[in-house]
Amino acid sequence: MASRRINRLTPFNVTALALGLAFLYLPIVILVIYSFNASRLVTVWGGWSLRWYYEFFNDRAMMDAAWMSLRVAAVSATIATILGTLAAVALTRGERFKGRMLFSGMLYAPLVMPEVISGLSLLLLFVALDAGRGFWTVTIAHTTLTMCFVTVVVQSRLGAIDRSLEEAAMDLGCDPVRAFLSVTLPLIIPSIAAGWMLAFTLSLDDVVIASFTTGPGSATLPIRIYSEVRLGVKPEINAICTMVIALIAVVITVASFASKLSRAQGENAVPL
Amino acid sequence: MSARRIFARPASFAAIAPYLWMVLFFLVPFGFVLKIALSQTAIAQPPYVPLFDLWGGREATVAAFDQLSIENFKLLISDNLYILSYLRSLTVALVSTAILLLIGYPVAYGMARLPQRWQAIAMMLVIVPFWTSFLIRIYAWINILQHDGLLNTVLLKLHLISAPLVWLSTDTAMYIGIVYSYLPFMILPLFATLAKQDPALLEAAADLGASPWQAFWQVTFPLSLPGVGAGALLCFIPVVGEFVIPDLLAGSNALMIGQTLWLEFFTNKDWPVASAVAVVLLVLLVAPLLLYERLQHRQLEAR
Repeated sequence: MASRRINRLTPFNVTALALGLAFLYLPIVILVIYSFNASRLVTVWGGWSLRWYYEFFNDRAMMDAAWMSLRVAAVSATIATILGTLAAVALTRGERFKGRMLFSGMLYAPLVMPEVISGLSLLLLFVALDAGRGFWTVTIAHTTLTMCFVTVVVQSRLGAIDRSLEEAAMDLGCDPVRAFLSVTLPLIIPSIAAGWMLAFTLSLDDVVIASFTTGPGSATLPIRIYSEVRLGVKPEINAICTMVIALIAVVITVASFASKLSRAQGENAVPL
Repeated sequence: MSARRIFARPASFAAIAPYLWMVLFFLVPFGFVLKIALSQTAIAQPPYVPLFDLWGGREATVAAFDQLSIENFKLLISDNLYILSYLRSLTVALVSTAILLLIGYPVAYGMARLPQRWQAIAMMLVIVPFWTSFLIRIYAWINILQHDGLLNTVLLKLHLISAPLVWLSTDTAMYIGIVYSYLPFMILPLFATLAKQDPALLEAAADLGASPWQAFWQVTFPLSLPGVGAGALLCFIPVVGEFVIPDLLAGSNALMIGQTLWLEFFTNKDWPVASAVAVVLLVLLVAPLLLYERLQHRQLEAR
């Protein structure tokens, strides 16, 4: 077949792909390996050791920051998933209401909006409202950013679903809300799960918006990592980063199972 | 009345909560940025002269309007520091986008030519680093690029250099960081358009006597332009306002506008000037932002 000839792997294609992937992964692999280095010096390999992990678990400030980050990420991802899913439903299924252009604009703009602007504007709002800055202000800020990502993920899935299923349910006597809950919702659950996980990891990652919106005494993990990194490389940071990567790896594995589940239902949507 | 129409009304009601949230936490805050950009700096907490007192009645509002000052914007124009920052940001974003295209296109092309089954795996492999913490990935590069880091060690061992080179705090390091962080944003839209292309088009071009090179430039590339546009915008817009990467990897002699904003806000505590910087940055980005919104809209509509 001719199309097979065109899909053939030429040396150029394979090289481009391999180099690209190596570029994406090597630095992370190196980081993980060095987190187990017993030596304080980066160039000297002092044998395998868990020394830097012990150091992290005895670092009170880092542990507090990590706990704060996990709570912010869990709460903001949950609110963002609810709001983002509602927005996706309205955009794919709703009638053309007034202000729809504004609505979709507000949902896409934060995807590319420089973080310094989002962070600054939210901080000024919180100051004007005289809200005490800390856990809730960071959570609200992260929700605002991440719900847009959830919307995009869920929207692409909703767009791919055969709408005649909903119509059939309603022809059989379901009201629209029930048709949605019993037919549509089970079909989009995997993408909702993927959206939650994306929101969770994005929140766990953010330095800039959190720096603007947090208050004294409630630094998140990225803020602490960032201030340490500015002072230079510390092996303890390697260990923390490796643990964050491990956590995210677990999250991705679950997400890919979710999307495999959705593919098994005759769909090829990928998370994002 | 079709079932589809009956479904539409309650679906629209789903918009209420996210709509209100975005108005309150996305739209309204910009009003505050504008307001504070137009007010004057004060040594106080918060450090600006309050402008509108909505509860002060008509007279207070009129008085407040008299106080509006464009001093902060005049400062932005008169001081070279800001203009140079904006120019540097635009230059860095342009150069980065060009490098990203040069690297991302061959990778996306290679992916699109893989057998179907491998395409999904390759796509997953490109997405995964995007999920890993962005800060961690920048930090990983500091490990490699520092004075006694891996890169210098390897280059010394290979006798390519005789003394360690300075990599950190240079523009090279910054470009490496930016390209590394934004590569998935470039590859994915490119891959999406390239994978959709009908291979029959290339066969037709070959049958009509085009060399593979000609076929690429006259068929494949023009058809992939929407992906090129989406990828370029997806990288260009955030890079203009980037803060963390230049702050950690580039030197401190030339600042990007995101760094200048950060400096004004956190170090100089000059909130009005920081807000004015943000307003101008937003104005600069409005055109590409609208373009991006259009593209998004068209893509979703085409589905």
